[in-house]
Amino acid sequence: MAIEYIYPDYEIVRDYNRCITCRVCERQCANEAHEYLSDVNKMTADNAKCVNCHRCVSLCPTRALKIVKSDHTFKENANWSGKSIKEIYKQAGSGGVLLSSMGNPENYPVYFDKILLNASQVTNPSIDPLREPMETRVYLGAKPGRIERDENGRLKNNLKPHIKLSMPVMFSAMSYGSISYNAHESLARAAAELGILYNTGEGGLHEDFYKYGKHTIVQVASGRFGVHKTYLNSGAAIEIKMGQGAKPGIGGHLPGTKIVGDISKTRMIPEGSDAISPAPHHDIYSIEDLRQLVYSLKEATAYTKPVIVKIAAVHNVAAIASGIARSGADIIAIDGFRGGTGAAPTRIRDHVGIPIELALASVDKRLRDEGIRNNVSIVVGGSIRSSADVVKAVALGADAVYIGTAALIALGCHLCRSCHTGKCNWGIATQREDLVKRLNPNIGYKRLVNLMNAWKHEIKEMIGGMGINSIEALKGNRLMLRGVGLNEKELEILGIKHAGE
Amino acid sequence: MKRVYVNEKWCLGCHLCEYYCAFASTNEKDMARALKDIRIKPRIRIEEKDGISFAVSCRHCDEPLCVKGCITGALTKKDGVITINRDKCIGCYTCILSCPYGAVSPSDDGAVQKCELCIKTARGTPKCVEGCPNGAIVFEERGE
Repeated sequence: MAIEYIYPDYEIVRDYNRCITCRVCERQCANEAHEYLSDVNKMTADNAKCVNCHRCVSLCPTRALKIVKSDHTFKENANWSGKSIKEIYKQAGSGGVLLSSMGNPENYPVYFDKILLNASQVTNPSIDPLREPMETRVYLGAKPGRIERDENGRLKNNLKPHIKLSMPVMFSAMSYGSISYNAHESLARAAAELGILYNTGEGGLHEDFYKYGKHTIVQVASGRFGVHKTYLNSGAAIEIKMGQGAKPGIGGHLPGTKIVGDISKTRMIPEGSDAISPAPHHDIYSIEDLRQLVYSLKEATAYTKPVIVKIAAVHNVAAIASGIARSGADIIAIDGFRGGTGAAPTRIRDHVGIPIELALASVDKRLRDEGIRNNVSIVVGGSIRSSADVVKAVALGADAVYIGTAALIALGCHLCRSCHTGKCNWGIATQREDLVKRLNPNIGYKRLVNLMNAWKHEIKEMIGGMGINSIEALKGNRLMLRGVGLNEKELEILGIKHAGE
Repeated sequence: MKRVYVNEKWCLGCHLCEYYCAFASTNEKDMARALKDIRIKPRIRIEEKDGISFAVSCRHCDEPLCVKGCITGALTKKDGVITINRDKCIGCYTCILSCPYGAVSPSDDGAVQKCELCIKTARGTPKCVEGCPNGAIVFEERGE
């Protein structure tokens, strides 16, 4: 094109005093941003190809590289940002929907950052987790409403099937297809070692990973890819995916180019065919329909597995959750508007859904008000970034959290948000063989285990500081939270007091 | 005896091992200063073809042909590591001709060079192993 409307967002800055022309940057960039000029024995780079994934920066042995934001600018305009202008150029050129990856990056409030935790002083002792036992184990599933006894007065076991987790964190749904085999293996092995669960996403379960079944949530989504009886029975729980935080109301589309080899086999669709997940489940148009699917899945697994229903956090989330809690589901998973994705229309990702903190608080309150909170456990996801977010979520009423983005970052993701190009330089969101092998699961799973163990230590420190020795005892304990800089309405929805109150 | 082993499955062909190897044999603290504007002569080399790549360095063979062939006794094997006495080497290159792995190479000062598991330059893990970003080169004990 003769006119290049868009100036590159990033500049690759090379310190030529430090560059030893080892060419690792060139060899490791799937976007082919770097080039070796043999006639002058020098490296050069094309900024327009850089997605700012830091692969070259991380591998450069002499720290000769850095990526900076271009200071090239449009005329200052508080209304028309450079981003808005560039998006128009893009669409005027392509005529297409803008695509994005990973979670909503826009400047909406992050309520977790406006909530502070309590600690004990003087009147109630704090607990030192290094010296005293501290419990982070949780069980997810429907809790019995009452104690039942048989004619001899013995306790009847009326417990529904449960999931046992060593800590209240699980790896959220990321399909084999959207992420690589090695990424899946890392998640599966880490979950098994940690005593938590990972989630297959809707791409089915690769036959190599059935051995991690006890630590697997198998997902059933609107495309029903890779769903069969053995699949359903292989996991510890079954998740019905109604929605996803990154793209509420939208289905999925894995392009045919990615449906190759094992992915085609695992998804049970022909090679090269697009994997299209419809926006709705075509057999679910009401809570009654959902109930039918919940019980179909329970029937198929002989009532041995808890069923999770996952929804995106949207405006009427409390009412929807109330319906789900009456549908026979054992666990509700709510995904906030910052949840990640391998590809979503930009406008949907950035403008649809609500913050998970508000959704969680209102769902927990609604279910308690209606006396059905014990029917279900609540799992929340959608940008849980640290152990502090976990603790705040639990205090707001969550039984456990899902982490997706945080887990991928542990595996090397640098949030360049280019998953949809399929050229992930870190071997995560790609199916290109030479890129997939960049993620060695022996290293990857260990990094996930490290991250979770670190969080577990921090969770113990935080709840110990509050004088609590079990994460279950913190659940829904909103008195341990205070808001800062929040208005009356926000505090009311979150069900917390303002700092100083 | 710990040796350098290569997991071809995880080799990315990034060639970083070669640069870390070349750096290890210099006395510089800074890699940029050590390797700027020079053509490196590493003791480990990546071999690659048709999308397959792996690093090759001295296997420290049980019956080393290089040691057998060395006419001056410059190459010796001690504690499982084949090392070179550069003062004794006369540069006849018999070892280079006899090594089936191509793991011995000429150096700039006339003597030959080869991987000595970094025992002369560094302590602990060989630098190629430390520098491999994907666990494709490992330093470990394996059953003989």
